[in-house]
Amino acid sequence: MSLSVAPLVISLVIADRIRRYVKVNKLPLWEKPLKYILFFSVFLFATEAVLSSFEVTKWIWHLYLIALIIFSLQQKEFRVLRMFIVAFVPYEIVSLFSDLSEVISVDFFNTNESYLKNATSLTYIWMAAILFSQNRQYKTAEKERIKRQQEDELNRAIAIRKVELEGLVAERTAELTEQKEELEHALHELRTTQSQLIQSEKMASLGELTAGIAHEIQNPLNFVNNFSEVNAELIEEMKQEIDKGNMEEVKAIANDIAMNEQKITQHGKRADAIVKGMLQHSRTSSGIKEPTNINALADEYLRLAYHGLRAKDKSFNATMKTGFDETIGMISIIPQDIGRVILNLITNAFYAVTEKKQQQPAGYEPTVSVFTKKTGNNILVTVKDNGNGIPKAALDKIFQPFFTTKPSGQGTGLGLSMSYEIITKAHGGELKVESNEGAEFTIILPV
Amino acid sequence: MKALSSQLFCQFKTNHYHMKILVVDDERDIQTLFEQRFRKEIREKLIEFVFAFSGEEALIYLEKNQHEVVMILSDINMPGMSGLELLRQIKQMYLKPPPIVMMITAYGDAENFNTAKRLGADDFLTKPVDFNLLKEKFKI
Repeated sequence: MSLSVAPLVISLVIADRIRRYVKVNKLPLWEKPLKYILFFSVFLFATEAVLSSFEVTKWIWHLYLIALIIFSLQQKEFRVLRMFIVAFVPYEIVSLFSDLSEVISVDFFNTNESYLKNATSLTYIWMAAILFSQNRQYKTAEKERIKRQQEDELNRAIAIRKVELEGLVAERTAELTEQKEELEHALHELRTTQSQLIQSEKMASLGELTAGIAHEIQNPLNFVNNFSEVNAELIEEMKQEIDKGNMEEVKAIANDIAMNEQKITQHGKRADAIVKGMLQHSRTSSGIKEPTNINALADEYLRLAYHGLRAKDKSFNATMKTGFDETIGMISIIPQDIGRVILNLITNAFYAVTEKKQQQPAGYEPTVSVFTKKTGNNILVTVKDNGNGIPKAALDKIFQPFFTTKPSGQGTGLGLSMSYEIITKAHGGELKVESNEGAEFTIILPV
Repeated sequence: MKALSSQLFCQFKTNHYHMKILVVDDERDIQTLFEQRFRKEIREKLIEFVFAFSGEEALIYLEKNQHEVVMILSDINMPGMSGLELLRQIKQMYLKPPPIVMMITAYGDAENFNTAKRLGADDFLTKPVDFNLLKEKFKI
């Protein structure tokens, strides 16, 4: 008794291969037909075994296998599997040929049986070889596929992570934008505060000047009043002399009146200049450089500062020394700003000598000196005092904003930092400080 | 004080002697002003004014011309030696006869007044100087 083992195995192998292929490539339409194939193979083999009907069923097997092979080869979807299916073709041809020859010519079959067997063996080897190579290819492909799948998964994971990260970035960006806006707001407030502080620093220094200005204006005003009163008297006198016909005296009086008029104008202008200077000091800087007599500027602020201090502290007196280099002439500076710097330095100098005076009343002569000098391409303005000087530790900090050694409420700590800005930034100069016996500040302005 | 000055003045007047007043002020125009305000008195040789433009200058003048000056009018607020310091030094000089020292200040405040008084000032004037009042003080 013989059984169609090979056709069964072949049909199962083909079915299995197609099934795997269908599964991997997601072709669910084929699942049902494959089940039928599987079922039919098993059914046919079982029938054959039970009925021992090999002589009949082998023909069914032939038909079945040929149909299966041709059908599989025809399906475009299984194009990839063609090579695999082709592996069984020689076997089927040889096997069919062998069976047919047995039926048609037993002689031929008998004489060539050994050849046919050999051919069958060859078809097995062929099958094995193809299947082996196919299997290898399949495994490689499978590995590739798994790798690709892993990559896909990885990519998907990366994509998910990317979305998450983008979310985080958006969140963080929103936070940062908010912070930026807050900071901008804070900066704006700081700028406003700064300009307010600068204004209050100006006003504070103006306050220090007020008494000095009052004194400086009072004097010329007194002269204006007195000289005009005198002139009124002189005119009365002149009338009397005219009546007497004393023309010599009339002329003398007229000359006096003329001279007094000159004095009135002169002192009026003096008061005018002081008021203008005061307005200039409180006004926002024009930022425009104009030809300025720096000696006159320094002198004006020295006197204003001095009288301001005198007005506050009547017991105080200081010697003022000046040395103005008259060869300087007019230099191009922003007068309000440089005036403010000079005033600041002079006020500080007076403050320093006042402090020292309070500590050692005997034998100490408070002195504040202001010098100007032209050296090469530079103009030097030096403000020097013989106060206590500046401690080494403070020397590095004095140009920093809000640094002050004055008791709280007495200084804004902005005077020197503003001065430093004005000299270095607006005028491209230098502001130097030395402290030995007393402090010495030097403004260096390029011409 | 008024009594004192008028007494002195009478003394000089009877002697046909003019009275010499030293004016100390850093404002130079004060000279022109005084000379014009008192032009009649100066012409009639009732008063002679001399001027010093700083405390230091005043002291030098006083040392040279001790006995001539009978009255000193001094500003307080001056650069260099202040009027108060000048007053202190004059009072230490023991000039014979002791001159009358009249202080002029821009700030007629108690502090300067008291310091000047303590230092021996004889009289006070506040700026702006009222010349009619001053003339009255001179009793001219």
